[in-house]
Amino acid sequence: MFEKTGIPSKEMIMEKFPSIDRINKGPVAVVECYKEIPCNPCQTACKFDAIKVGEDINNIPALNSDNCTGCAICLSKCPGLAIMVVDGSKSETTVQIKIPYEFLPLPNAGDIVKGLDREGKYIADVKVINVLNPKSFDRTPIITLEADREFLYDIRNIKVVS
Amino acid sequence: MKDAELLIIGGGPAGLCAAISAAESGARVCIVERNKSLGGQLVKQTHMFFGSEKQYASTRGIDITNILLNKLNSYNNVEILTETSVVGMFEDGVVSVVHKEDNYYKIKPKAVIVATGAYEKSLAFPNNDLPGIYGAGAVQTLMNVHGVKPGERVLMVGAGNIGLIVSYQLMQAGVEVVAILDAAPKIGGYLVHASKIRRMGVPILTSHTVKEAVGKNYLEKAIISEIDNKFQPIEGTEKEFDVDVMCISVGLTPLNEMLAMRGCQMKYVSQLSGFVPVRNENYETTVENVFAAGDATGVEEASAAMVEGYLAGICAAAKIGYRPDNFDERKNDYVKQLDDLRSGPVGKHILAGIEQIVV
Ligand SMILES: Cc1cc2nc3c(=O)[nH]c(=O)nc-3n(C[C@H](O)[C@H](O)[C@H](O)COP(=O)(O)OP(=O)(O)OC[C@H]3O[C@@H](n4cnc5c(N)ncnc54)[C@H](O)[C@@H]3O)c2cc1C
Ligand code: SF4
Ligand code: SF4
Repeated sequence: MFEKTGIPSKEMIMEKFPSIDRINKGPVAVVECYKEIPCNPCQTACKFDAIKVGEDINNIPALNSDNCTGCAICLSKCPGLAIMVVDGSKSETTVQIKIPYEFLPLPNAGDIVKGLDREGKYIADVKVINVLNPKSFDRTPIITLEADREFLYDIRNIKVVS
Repeated sequence: MKDAELLIIGGGPAGLCAAISAAESGARVCIVERNKSLGGQLVKQTHMFFGSEKQYASTRGIDITNILLNKLNSYNNVEILTETSVVGMFEDGVVSVVHKEDNYYKIKPKAVIVATGAYEKSLAFPNNDLPGIYGAGAVQTLMNVHGVKPGERVLMVGAGNIGLIVSYQLMQAGVEVVAILDAAPKIGGYLVHASKIRRMGVPILTSHTVKEAVGKNYLEKAIISEIDNKFQPIEGTEKEFDVDVMCISVGLTPLNEMLAMRGCQMKYVSQLSGFVPVRNENYETTVENVFAAGDATGVEEASAAMVEGYLAGICAAAKIGYRPDNFDERKNDYVKQLDDLRSGPVGKHILAGIEQIVV
């Protein structure tokens, strides 16, 4: 189905998520790159040796979640915008999610925006914690969101309503 | 008659890289480009590219142009002729060009590299000539080069990389994309691109085609229908979309009539998307000192086009007497980069095509 619709199945998504124990320890990347393509900037960008594509640049990137610091540098370097960072260490009821977001208007810290899933469907309102858009991100801003824990595996996009 | 050592036709990524590597080898290079500025397809690619560091992966296409132009500017043996189209290549090696509208003249180079890129295929359906129906390239040029919104509501036809990327860029420009459809049963483009658009809420309808366009003076409506596995419309599955733009993105085909005119042996290779020149591993065609690189030798990607350009550039320069000491080392590096880019599932398909034309 994924190849017909562009929507990964729940199983595919779960396979890419680090364990909940790891997520509860602190920020960590989720690399949703499911198919072999000639691409490896995620590996090049990571200073912590946490993403490996390997000798053949067509390999699917593999995350070593022990090495990953959740620094989010790879998010704005991935041409597929396929990486996000999740963090379950901040609260027992919520999680923080960092996503790349290349649309205007950008939200502001403190805003409540609509949290969307991988199909673009509305899931729940989420709070914008911060918006980073330095020159080094090269026009791919990174938005940190706070969402209810139950939506950890669902929220992947936002809609900013002005 | 103007004389030149190495003439490069087309200033896209392949032509620019060919010029850089030939100039580095010491050849006197002349680039002829029909547009006002250099860069080819790159000048409208506002998204980040795939590939690896050597092909500027994760840099935006628009910025790759400047990286290449800066490199080129460091050589003083490069001449650039813009707004100049090549209109003929003849048996005696003469190339005729026209500058702007009416200034025709001839160039007699020692060697030529044809890097003219590709052109968009069209799609036949009733009323496909209504205003509002564009090729994806035109939409991208309007939007990203000239800053003009092509319309308000778009139906994208084609879910290859170009259809997916242009859809994403339309949304970035504030245009609504109602759906992306494709006749194939699977999405042709990279799935990371597809997911990026899907999570914006845009449906991707595989196994669908355009039945007809409706409108009086301009496009007002598109009617689409599902198709079966023999690509025949299934009755009763029609859907209508109120749109003012339909964007056709059903693939590219190599633009290289100039090579055929010159007498190079050409061959139809479906994996390379059309007629392409038979060539050797140095990208030299069956006519001596006539080289080709980039999409003109088979539709692929800018990453491969750049490396092919570097390779053709260094080989053409060597052929006319500028063989650098590190020739083998550089050549092997380019060959390895191409092998790496083509080692995956998409590349396998390309390699199966290349096998048919390399002698
Ligand atoms: C929407 C879109 C998105 C893309 N995204 C990517 C991507 O993410 N990654 C990637 O690697 N690739 C991408 N590509 C593909 C990439 O742009 C092409 O593969 C690449 O530009 C091919 O380079 P080229 O130099 O062979 O041809 P071109 O870039 O097409 O350049 C050919 C040049 O030749 C000139 N020319 C043609 N005929 C003549 C003539 N008779 N006289 C003088 N000049 C002439 C043209 O004006 C043009 O400037 C994308 C393409 C499109 C359309
Ligand atoms: S988040 Fe930082 S540490 Fe983790 S994979 Fe990305 S770049 Fe590496
Ligand atoms: S940079 Fe992104 S698209 Fe490229 S291999 Fe890494 S995760 Fe996949």
